[in-house]
Amino acid sequence: MSMLHGVILLPFVAAAIVPLFYKLFRRIHTGWFVLPVPLLAFVYFILSMPTIREGEAIQSTVSWIPSLGVDITAYLDGLGLLFSLLITGIGTLVVIYSIYYLSKEKEAIHRFYMYLLLFMGAMLGVVLSDNLIVLYGFWELTSLSSFLLIAFWYNRDHSRYGALKSMLITVFGGFAMLTGFILLYTMTGTFSIREIIDLAPTLPGQDMFVPAMILVLLGAFTKSAQFPFHIWLPDAMEAPTPVSAYLHSATMVKAGLYVVARFSAIFAGDALWFWIVSLTGLVTLLWGSYTAVRHTDLKAILAYSTISQLGLIMCLFGLGSASFYTGGADIALYTAAIMTAVFHLINHATFKGALFMVVGIVDHETGTRDIRKLGGLMAFMPVTFTFALIGTLSMAGLPPFNGFLSKEMFFTALLSVAEMDFFSVQSWSILFPVVAWVASVFTFIYSLIILLKTFTGRFPKEELGEPPHEASLGLLIPPGILALLVIVFGLFPNLLTHSLIEPAMQAILPTLDNVEAKHISMWHGFVPELWMTIGVAVAGILLYLTLKRWQRLYSYFPGSLSFSRVYDFLLKGSQRFSRIITDTYMTGSLRHYMIYIFVFLVLVGGYFLTRINPFERHGEVVFAEVSIYEVILTIVLLIAAIAVPLAKSRMAAIVLVGAVGYMVTLFFIIFRAPDLALTQMIVETVSVALFLLCFYHLPKLQKEKSSRGMRIFKLIVSGSVGLLVTLIALAVSNHQMFDSISNYFVEESYRSAGGKNIVNVILVDFRGFDTFLEIMVLGAASLAIYALIKVRDRTPHERKEER
Amino acid sequence: MKRTDDVVLQTTSQVTVFIIITFSAFLFLAGHNNPGGGFIGGLMSAAALVLLALSYDLKTVKQALPVNFHYMTATGMLIAIFSGMGSFVFDAPFLSQAYDYFDLPLLGNVELATAMVFDLGVYLAVVGVTMTIILSIGEDR
Amino acid sequence: MEILMSVTTGVLFMIGTYMILSRNLLRIILGTSLLTHGVHLLLLTMSRLKTGVAPIWSEDIGAYVDPLPQALILTSIVINFGVTAFFFVLAYRAYQENKTDDMEQLRGGDDE
Repeated sequence: MSMLHGVILLPFVAAAIVPLFYKLFRRIHTGWFVLPVPLLAFVYFILSMPTIREGEAIQSTVSWIPSLGVDITAYLDGLGLLFSLLITGIGTLVVIYSIYYLSKEKEAIHRFYMYLLLFMGAMLGVVLSDNLIVLYGFWELTSLSSFLLIAFWYNRDHSRYGALKSMLITVFGGFAMLTGFILLYTMTGTFSIREIIDLAPTLPGQDMFVPAMILVLLGAFTKSAQFPFHIWLPDAMEAPTPVSAYLHSATMVKAGLYVVARFSAIFAGDALWFWIVSLTGLVTLLWGSYTAVRHTDLKAILAYSTISQLGLIMCLFGLGSASFYTGGADIALYTAAIMTAVFHLINHATFKGALFMVVGIVDHETGTRDIRKLGGLMAFMPVTFTFALIGTLSMAGLPPFNGFLSKEMFFTALLSVAEMDFFSVQSWSILFPVVAWVASVFTFIYSLIILLKTFTGRFPKEELGEPPHEASLGLLIPPGILALLVIVFGLFPNLLTHSLIEPAMQAILPTLDNVEAKHISMWHGFVPELWMTIGVAVAGILLYLTLKRWQRLYSYFPGSLSFSRVYDFLLKGSQRFSRIITDTYMTGSLRHYMIYIFVFLVLVGGYFLTRINPFERHGEVVFAEVSIYEVILTIVLLIAAIAVPLAKSRMAAIVLVGAVGYMVTLFFIIFRAPDLALTQMIVETVSVALFLLCFYHLPKLQKEKSSRGMRIFKLIVSGSVGLLVTLIALAVSNHQMFDSISNYFVEESYRSAGGKNIVNVILVDFRGFDTFLEIMVLGAASLAIYALIKVRDRTPHERKEER
Repeated sequence: MKRTDDVVLQTTSQVTVFIIITFSAFLFLAGHNNPGGGFIGGLMSAAALVLLALSYDLKTVKQALPVNFHYMTATGMLIAIFSGMGSFVFDAPFLSQAYDYFDLPLLGNVELATAMVFDLGVYLAVVGVTMTIILSIGEDR
Repeated sequence: MEILMSVTTGVLFMIGTYMILSRNLLRIILGTSLLTHGVHLLLLTMSRLKTGVAPIWSEDIGAYVDPLPQALILTSIVINFGVTAFFFVLAYRAYQENKTDDMEQLRGGDDE
């Protein structure tokens, strides 16, 4: 247990006590109690920055399941620190924002903060765990908390749909990833990421290497909404806007990027990794930005924009992975891609977070996010407009904002693809810059759409009624801080280079020496990158102005072919399919289920009986002699038993069963079981009293109405069960293979337990736990009976009357 | 259940109930060394109460014995649990038992076992459960 | 004796199974009771019968009957008592609510 563990644990503890604060202090918004949690964690991570910058890692281990190699190892290095700062930093701002966004009177904010804290802890766990299994656990916990947060307004259909969709897709990916982890374990014999990295050179070429890689990537891609798994992210926008800003743009969706970055050192020496990651990223980048333009909901545009930006970073990680391949030679070329990825990761969190919050404000003040209904807000909400301006221009890649810098570096990385002389990259080299350029044009267009359609033009008074006013200060501070960061990082990017980016790069590329972050500068002269940016701006403006003419193009691509439809189809299909399968055997008839059980019993038991001869004797077997009393007892018992199914009235049947019980009692006496005889006798007596009490309520015994065939079938099944049991009893009686374990009880009963009644000693002493659980069962039965009788749902009849 | 007015039954049961309960106490105490124990004792006590209920009616039983049988069940279970946890103090596994001989006034040399406490829990739980069942069914109309 | 008890056990099992497979709720409950008796006798039979005296410890006695199955059966008897009581109440509550004790009519709808 160390500070680091404490930081991971802190949100969980807070999540547990938040409802308490909510109940106790109704007048104070619960958010204020939550705020210290991310703030404290953020301060902790800021304070640990110098240590990390020295190139050291903070780590500590708590042993959990050592026999399986599962320990809770918290490990903080440059990459973990970067993500932790994002999680806690953005988390702090989001909490402040949510205090003003969610009304404490109308919303169940205690649930909201509970889930949010749960997520925060889980996410910190993901980026700070060194153990794969622990990482996986936290990973699924982020999916779960995301599910709960998306479905926060669970009475809305869309929320539930979106929540389920995100859950199914990300958990599917999670399972794949777990399988990948286990494959890694079988190859290396350890769950520790660092130890696996040490063994990484031995991995390529092993049979399981490629499957493990693909499975891990599947997890990363589903989480980071990469094409074609991106479909859950737009639907996740049903969550409250603070959640969208936090989980679905700044942190959780970046967990996939984290995994790709973290596992680069393990898999990236392979050409397959390079191609899968960079091409998936490239396709996602293009598809996301292309699709964003067609949407009219501000949050949907931002969702696709997030998808596209995640693709961009993913693509950069893919390109950067080449640095493992080349080893020492011109390593700077490829580490530049990694550096750009890390830098853009930070930038994206700042400008996209700000934009989400701006959209939230617009939604909050006007009640709509539809750009067709919005317009002219600039005059009413100047501050919000300023933040939107900064955010969108940064996203579009214009100076002097941080987006410009990372976009330029992105172009540089893509142009450098032409210089790669391995994996037959060169023949494809033209593809990367061209696709990226086209995607950037789309990015430019939707950035303009968000900004101009919302804030300029005429204010549609007939649609929105009274003009909105500027949001309250609390809503403006968090996006304000982010917007400020956008400018600060844009003007002074080198604040980050050595403090944050370089340690992160070294953590991503732990096996390489002299990994250094380059100095970032705004002006490089008239290099191709600058011309590309100018081209993006010119083409973007032109296309934006002619938007109405070419937007029809989108309608040629029918919506029914979208991937979301594929998902719906698969989900419905699998439900229908399972329903059909289940319906064939789950008939709802108790008798059928009983028949399955008995037939199975007979088949399995019979199969094993065929392998031994139940009549053959093994070992020294002496059967007890039979006396005349026992024969008489047996006959009486059998007659009573056989009469039970033939009984005409319920009374007769109950009495006959009672008679069987008393006969069994007599057998217990004969077989020297005084405790049993006593107990059985009292139980029978009490049972009779019970029957008498129940008698009044019980239905008359109907004559069994079943067909002749059914009756014969029942006879066959029950006959074979009886035969099987007889044979088993005989077989056991004829075999004396081992000494009975009860010799121990007999010997130790008086010596160690001080009791002469061996049966009682077994019950209360040797096997006390059994007895304890037994009274638990009894207690449960009595509670169930009590509930059945006393706690009644009103009958449908009564309900109808009430209406 | 209707109130029955069988004087013979009522008079007899008044006497027998005490005999049965005394016997059940004997069975319970004898359990460690002779046939008997918590189960049997508990069931027999419950049977005595059932007899009372049959000869009078449930209301009378409830008035005569104002015991909440839910609490009785819970008490029994708690006694069983805590008797088991007592062994933690001596760094022994859950439900470890011990015994020793003591010289008690009047009774002479008597063996006392911690298993007895556990058995008492079983006894109470069994009485509570049985009576809960019988009472809930009997009261239902 | 063991052979006789094996057959008896088999018959109890057969009748119990037959009753459980019927449509009537009360018969099913009685069937489970018979099945329980069968199981108890089976447990006793499987551990040898009358191999010694009752398992009450005494210094001068060497052979006892096997105490372990007795302990198992004792537990079983008490649990069976609870379960049977529960079945009875379940049966008559089901009858009260649904006005039938025919299992084929208690199958439930499609959406259950």
